This record gives sequence, C-alpha cells and structure tokens, in this order.
Amino acid sequence: MALLQLRHVSKRFGGLVAVNNFSTELQAGELCALIGPNGSGKTTIFNLITGIYRPTEGEIWFDGHNITGRRPDQITRLGIARTFQNIRLFSGLDVLGNVMVGQHLRLKSDPASAVLRLPHYLREERAMQRRAQELLEALNLAHLAHEKATALPYGQQRKLEIARALASNPKLLLLDEPAAGMNTAEAEELMAFIQHILEHFKLTIFLIEHQMRVVMGICPRIIVIDYGEIIAEGPPATIQNNPRVIEAYLGVGTYA
Amino acid sequence: MRTSITRNRILTVLALAGFVVFLVYAQTNWDAYRLRILNLCAVYTIFAVTFNLIYGYTGQFSLGHAGFAAIGAYAAALLTMSPEQKAANFFLAPIIPLLRDVEWPFLPALLVGGTLAALASLLIGWPALRLRGDYLAIATLGFSEIIRVLFVNWQRITNGSLGLKGIPDHTNVYWSWGAALVTIFVVKRLVDSSYGRALRAVRDDEVAAQALGVRLFTHKMMAFMLSSFFVGVAGGLMANLISTIDPKVFMFFLTYQIVGITVMGGMSSLTGSLVAAVLYTVFLEVLRPIESPFDLGPLHIPGIPGMRMVLFSTLLLLVILFYRQGLFGQREFSWDGLLNTLARLHRRVTGLWGRTPPPSTVEKGEQ
Repeated sequence: MALLQLRHVSKRFGGLVAVNNFSTELQAGELCALIGPNGSGKTTIFNLITGIYRPTEGEIWFDGHNITGRRPDQITRLGIARTFQNIRLFSGLDVLGNVMVGQHLRLKSDPASAVLRLPHYLREERAMQRRAQELLEALNLAHLAHEKATALPYGQQRKLEIARALASNPKLLLLDEPAAGMNTAEAEELMAFIQHILEHFKLTIFLIEHQMRVVMGICPRIIVIDYGEIIAEGPPATIQNNPRVIEAYLGVGTYA
Repeated sequence: MRTSITRNRILTVLALAGFVVFLVYAQTNWDAYRLRILNLCAVYTIFAVTFNLIYGYTGQFSLGHAGFAAIGAYAAALLTMSPEQKAANFFLAPIIPLLRDVEWPFLPALLVGGTLAALASLLIGWPALRLRGDYLAIATLGFSEIIRVLFVNWQRITNGSLGLKGIPDHTNVYWSWGAALVTIFVVKRLVDSSYGRALRAVRDDEVAAQALGVRLFTHKMMAFMLSSFFVGVAGGLMANLISTIDPKVFMFFLTYQIVGITVMGGMSSLTGSLVAAVLYTVFLEVLRPIESPFDLGPLHIPGIPGMRMVLFSTLLLLVILFYRQGLFGQREFSWDGLLNTLARLHRRVTGLWGRTPPPSTVEKGEQ
C-alpha cells in the first residue's frame, strides 16, 4: 500500500482555487519531486499534507491513517516532517537546541519530572542529546553545535532545518524548495545530499522545486502542476518534452 | 570540566548559606520599614520571574498578572483572617457562611490562592491562548479588570471596595524569599529542560514548532498556569505583608510595573528579573524624597505625588529606546562569568599599579 495518498484533494480560498482535484500516491522509499511555476499551488499542497490547511474537498491518507483535518503536531507524530521555503529556525536556540526541539514530541517524562531532574528524565535528555549529536555529525554540522542557529551561513541553515526535521524520526520528509537561493553547483551538491539521506535514514522524500533542471538528475518521478492541477507526471525524460509543461514554464508563443 | 562543576556547586551552596544568614540577620535586627522593603523585593521578584516565563520564554503577551495576584491575595487573606476580624470587616453585609469561621495556617492558604489563580488562568487561557499576538494581551487585560470589578461588587465575599483590613502579618522574609527562591528554581529548571526548549520554539516560530510536533496549546497552557500559580502565591504573600487590601491595589498599574521591571531586567533572563525587581523596589523607596518639595539649584520644585512614577516611566522609555536588551538581555548569572570578570578586574588593577600580572590561567578561562 502507498505510504501517502492524496485523493481528489481541492483547496479553495474564497473564489480562488489553489489546488484542484489533486490525486497522487507516494510509495515507501520513493523520491518524488513536485514542480511548477510560481503560484501554481506547490506549497499549498505541502500545507494540506502537514495539516496547516484543511482541504475543501478530498481526503489525505498516510500510513493507514486518514489525516484529513488533523492538527500539524498530530500529523508530525505519525511520521511526516517538513522544512520551509523561507527558513524557519528558532533564533533563541543554538544549533543543538534546534535539533533537540525536533525530538521533544517523543519525550515521555512529564514537566514535573523534568523540573525535578528525575533519573528517567535525565536518561531521556541524555539520549536526546546523543542522538542530536549523531544527526549533526551525519550532516557535517557537529562543529557548529553551540553556535546560534540563525548566525549560520544560508546553506548550513538549510541543512540544519533538514537535521531538525529528521530528529522527529519521520517516515516521510517534505522539503519545500531546499535549493532556493543556491547556485547550480550548490544545488547539485544538495541533491546528492538528499539522495544520501534518503538511503541513510530509509526515508520517503517529497520535494518541491522551482527549477526543473535541479531535480532532473535524482528524481525518478516528477509531478508538474500549474494552477493547482496536475499537468504532467512521470520520469524526467517524458516531462522535459511535454508540450504542456513547456507551455506552463515558457508561455505560449503568440508572436513567435 | 568536572572540577568546575563541583566548584560551582560549592559556591552556590555557600552563596545560599550566606543569603540565609543575611535573612536571619535582617529578620532579627532590621526595623519594620526595611523589612517590608525586603519582603516586597521578593514579591516583585516572583512577579517578574513569572512574567518572564510567560512572555520572555513562551512569547505569550499576557497582561493578567494583577488579576491573578488579586485572586491569590483575597484567597489567602480570607482564609487566614480570624472570624472576629472578618466580623469586624464585613459590617455592610455579612460574609457568606462558608468563609465565616475558617482560619487556616499560612501555607495551605497560600497554596489555595495559587491554585485558584492557576484555575482562573485555565479558564481565561482556554479561549485566549488560541489567539495569537496582541489578542491575548487584550483578553487577559480585560480579564484582569473583570476580576477587579467583580471583587468590588462581591460584597459578601470580598467586602467590596471597603477592602479587607487586619489581615494577619504572617509574611516574613523566610516566607517571601523562600517562595521567591522556589519560583526561581522551578522556572529555571523548566526553561532549561526539553519543555523549555519547546517553549522557546513556540516563542520564536509557532508554525515551525507545531510542524515539529510541539503541542502549542498544551505548552502555552502549562507555562500560563505555572506562571499564574506563583503569581497567586505572591499575591497571598503581599496580602499578609501589607495587611490591608482592596480592589484598587490590583489595578492595571500593578501589571504595568511588572512588565516594566521585566523589560528592564531583560527578557529571557531570570537574573535580570531578580536584579531589576530588587533595584526597582529599593529605588522606589530611596526616591521617596523627590515627591516632597525640594530645590534644584535655582529651581524650586513643589512636592508632586507620583514624581517617582514619572522618573520610572522615563527610565523605562530610555531602556526601550537605547538599551532594548535590558540589564542582562538573555544572559544569566554564572559563577564562571563572575570569576572571569573578577579575574579581568584584578588584572586591570594590578596593571594600573605597574606590575605585570602573573602568567596565570585567566586568559584561557574566558568564554
């Protein structure tokens, strides 16, 4: 069975149709890209999956659960983590602290035992710290553990956001334009990195990208949307030559 | 590393022991006036630390402190007053039978006051904590005023605007500073735990925090109720300290003072809250003379009641304009920090005397 299923999902903001009758499936272990021009509804789809918006119509299923209309934190608990298009790190916490917030949802000790520093809380805290360190090492950020998160260079902040999302132990990772603001070399490096974590952490990754070129190399399947509707779906080679995709990106050449 | 932890622990124990000695000395030797100031310092410390928890660490701008303090104050007062005192107070309308004959010891009365304040915060937080930003401020401010108006009109419970007089003076420096130290301990431990990280995450970015699985409402509510509980306790301490309360004591002005103290001390710094609360309380007394007539050079200034508040407001304005971080910003007191500062001072002093400082380890210890 598919890990993630969107069944005829629509989202309307008043008269504006942001997502229209969107259906797709993601299998476990898959790396799939969602691309489309500006304002085509890519981030809205992520916001629907993660519970920030509630679909106007349709249902979303994840890992055997109907998650339509659930709160974002409940959905994260089930195993979906995400990053944001505009980086949203916690400025009041250091790098390690940011990652450890990602593990807070699995904490079993109650606030009273945390205040009293009871043994079972301390055990959990140490385990969290160890795992956060491991994650930072896996992502080559360990030497920055005690830096202020928002003081890192841009590329590192993106990586840290991914580390933080991984800390919640997700099955599905949603990456919203991870390569935004990067040049081609940096973007390629990032894509290699994404492929690495896909295997290393046994994830399923759904990622949004604005430029088709960036994902061509690594994503076996690409979904293209425009005006909230799927206009093409398939491997990069077929997408590239699809006339509707070219039209969506370049416009129709009336005077050409 | 280990040795410095042990050293710091010893220093903390010594400092606390020294503080206890100081409290014992003050309680036995100081006059009533100075003792009252010392007690008020502790009460304002609790107010500032709890406001820091809800606003500085959790980012929820609550303006309900005066209301919660009123609840704690009236609860503690009514529970500790003797039946005769109550009979003397309630001459317009008799007190309700339920409260007429109770006379509790101080501790349970304080705890009931704190618990009632926490329950009130649950009631107001249930709808209000779902709102973001300024709406919470407006809702809690409204709540605080409602409590006050309620207390003016609840003749048979609160004795209305006549207030309560002759509340037993149970509060001494052990009670007040004991409660303040417990508050600081609990809040500090909480904000340094995983829950504290989650609270800061909520403060910095609610959307991201929730996307990471932090239950926003539960965490905000936890901080809000804990904060209100201690405010209620502080209210009870205040009632049994000043021995006369009426609804006017708990006007919005009290909340405004607390916000001012916390901002001056530094948001997200408990050290700042403590230092600012003590400085504020002491300065307010030291500055009392400026409210009586005095000469400033050729200028004759007549006694203007409220002059101290003008000065306080000016100070607050200056802090916000030029020193927005407050006294301590986000920093906390630490023994390492203090020892480093002392070492640096020592080096400067020895340098002034023209001697070269010994090649000690001070250079390395700096962070």
